[in-house]
Amino acid sequence: MISEIEENQDLIVRTVRDFATRHIEPFVREWDEKQYFPLEVMQQLGQLGLLGVLVPEAYGGAGLGYREYVGVIAEISRVDGSIGLSVAAHNSLCTNHILLFGNEDQKQRFLPQLASGEFIGAWGLTEPNTGSDAGNMRTTATRDGTHWILNGSKNFITHGKSGHVAVVIARTADPNTSHNATAFIVERGTPGFSAGKKEDKLGMRASETAEMIFQDCRIPDANRLGEVGDGFIQSLKVLDGGRISIAALSLGIAQGAFGHALRYAQERQQFGQAIARFQAIGFKLADLATEIEAARLLTYQAADLKDAGKAVTREAAMAKLFASEVAVKAANEAVQIFGGYGFTKDFPVEKYYRDAKLCTIGEGTSEIQRLVISRQLLK
Amino acid sequence: MKILVCVTSVPDTTTKISFTDNNTKLNRAGVQYITGPYDDYALSRAVELKEQHGGTVTVLNVGEADTEPVIRKCLAIGADDAIRVNADPTDAFFVAEQIAAIARENAYDLILMGRESIDYNGGQVHGIVGEMLGLPSISPVMKLDIEGSKARITREIEGGKDELEATLPLVLGCQEPIAEWKIPNMRGIMSARTKPLKVVEPAGNDTLTKVAGYELPPPRGAVRMIPAEEAETLISLLRTEAKVL
Ligand SMILES: Cc1cc2nc3c(=O)[nH]c(=O)nc-3n(C[C@H](O)[C@H](O)[C@H](O)COP(=O)(O)OP(=O)(O)OC[C@H]3O[C@@H](n4cnc5c(N)ncnc54)[C@H](O)[C@@H]3O)c2cc1C
Repeated sequence: MISEIEENQDLIVRTVRDFATRHIEPFVREWDEKQYFPLEVMQQLGQLGLLGVLVPEAYGGAGLGYREYVGVIAEISRVDGSIGLSVAAHNSLCTNHILLFGNEDQKQRFLPQLASGEFIGAWGLTEPNTGSDAGNMRTTATRDGTHWILNGSKNFITHGKSGHVAVVIARTADPNTSHNATAFIVERGTPGFSAGKKEDKLGMRASETAEMIFQDCRIPDANRLGEVGDGFIQSLKVLDGGRISIAALSLGIAQGAFGHALRYAQERQQFGQAIARFQAIGFKLADLATEIEAARLLTYQAADLKDAGKAVTREAAMAKLFASEVAVKAANEAVQIFGGYGFTKDFPVEKYYRDAKLCTIGEGTSEIQRLVISRQLLK
Repeated sequence: MKILVCVTSVPDTTTKISFTDNNTKLNRAGVQYITGPYDDYALSRAVELKEQHGGTVTVLNVGEADTEPVIRKCLAIGADDAIRVNADPTDAFFVAEQIAAIARENAYDLILMGRESIDYNGGQVHGIVGEMLGLPSISPVMKLDIEGSKARITREIEGGKDELEATLPLVLGCQEPIAEWKIPNMRGIMSARTKPLKVVEPAGNDTLTKVAGYELPPPRGAVRMIPAEEAETLISLLRTEAKVL
């Protein structure tokens, strides 16, 4: 007899699969080729409650936990990593930042629209000169009476162009001092806020990645998130949850690539038998299945700890590091198992190969995850 | 308006079919079950009618405990409550008997179901239920609107359509495009957990048919590609190998 939680999780995952099969899968290649960000699909996902997964019902969300959230992101990413990435960034970066650190007024003003998909959210920490070293950001916010004036730019921002609301981290004190950054909510249409270049990318091409530019952009103090100086610390907390998202994204990509490879290996005949019967291929499948299972367990462990309100910095970094590297490996081996067909666009695995690589880079590179884990071990 | 929607729990359409017990039973190992796709359409229309006219939607399934995930999904889509008749749905007569028994206890205005289940594809249950209850039964219904106590129905017939008008209560076998296919939202899924699901014992045990054995269709042969300019080769192969000409 399966438990109620499992039955619920199963229904959520099947619902997401039904949606992805009907509304995402048929368009994956087209969106990828055209680098088309399907805003209308995001809105449909919003109607299903998938853009406010962690938002309490009181603010119009689904009120679910990280365990269910991981299931949602993985299931979308199994079909299309780009949409998985967009849903992950919307939920766990922008929306979650407001949920965790917004005051009541800010939550009332933004969460219902973000949860319903009426608003698409962006989250801007990275800058051209500061990626891993985000603490040294150059975008500044200076106080001017009841307002703040933002200047600078953020790059590689998911939904940097189409997002209706962005949480932006800007420096509010001298560089190389502690507590020198503050987070703000910036609405599209605010004078002085514009979108810059949209990136032309290797993978995740249906997920919009763009620059956000601030030129004397005046933000009311009512849009400041939390205390002045807490922006960077808030970001690290948001990223703890974000890493579980990217682990789930990685897991989905790995499962998707593996699923295609497993099927193909049983169908493709060479030397009079299915290629899966060659030990070289069978063992590849065995290794992948084992590593994907380990990635899954690490990811759900981090999700469960987070749901239990425990510290997850180490476990989330471990899950993100391991799952992302498994995703890259699974996609790589899937192309290998497909042989020449895997190298063509007529078969799905080359896209997983391109998409997977983002997972070892975004929301902290593998190197940075190792840094986080080692610091946790040595502290 | 009180609507009863009868749903089946059937193997997912991608299931690899095999049998056990001397080819008399489906091998259920590893099979993923889904709501019958035609039943899904019936339920979706019921939920739409409820939104338009008010009332309640009750889901009924004849099945053992393992069908409950399918029932919960129906509740998540928008049914108000559910009844499970705790029995293996052995044949159409038995299932119809259960549905009729429930319907006799509750005055439903509409009894909807899929035009057929996609496992055994009998397509008989709605007809038998109609007969047992002395109600008109119509199938396959592809459009259904209600005005007062009248139903306007479009039914698919060989090579065309049939426009009908009938007075409630009715028993209808449904198919697409009667409604937009619905996917439950997260809130629906959460609220489904607390909606009532009543389990009742079967009302009789009159199975009229018994499965003597199943047989799989012959496996599909390999594809042979013949270039468009070699039409003669194709024709000669159709004559000599496929022997269809
Ligand atoms: C598709 C996409 C979407 C993104 N979405 C967002 C978003 O929504 N919001 C946002 O703020 N950012 C976003 N990013 C940015 C992303 O988080 C950064 O690219 C990432 O953090 C790495 O920063 P960087 O690109 O500047 O690389 P760098 O920091 O320049 O790193 C280059 C290399 O040096 C290594 N390195 C750097 N520092 C160290 C160190 N101390 N020890 C060892 N190695 C080190 C790195 O691991 C890496 O291999 C996105 C990026 C992409 C590609």
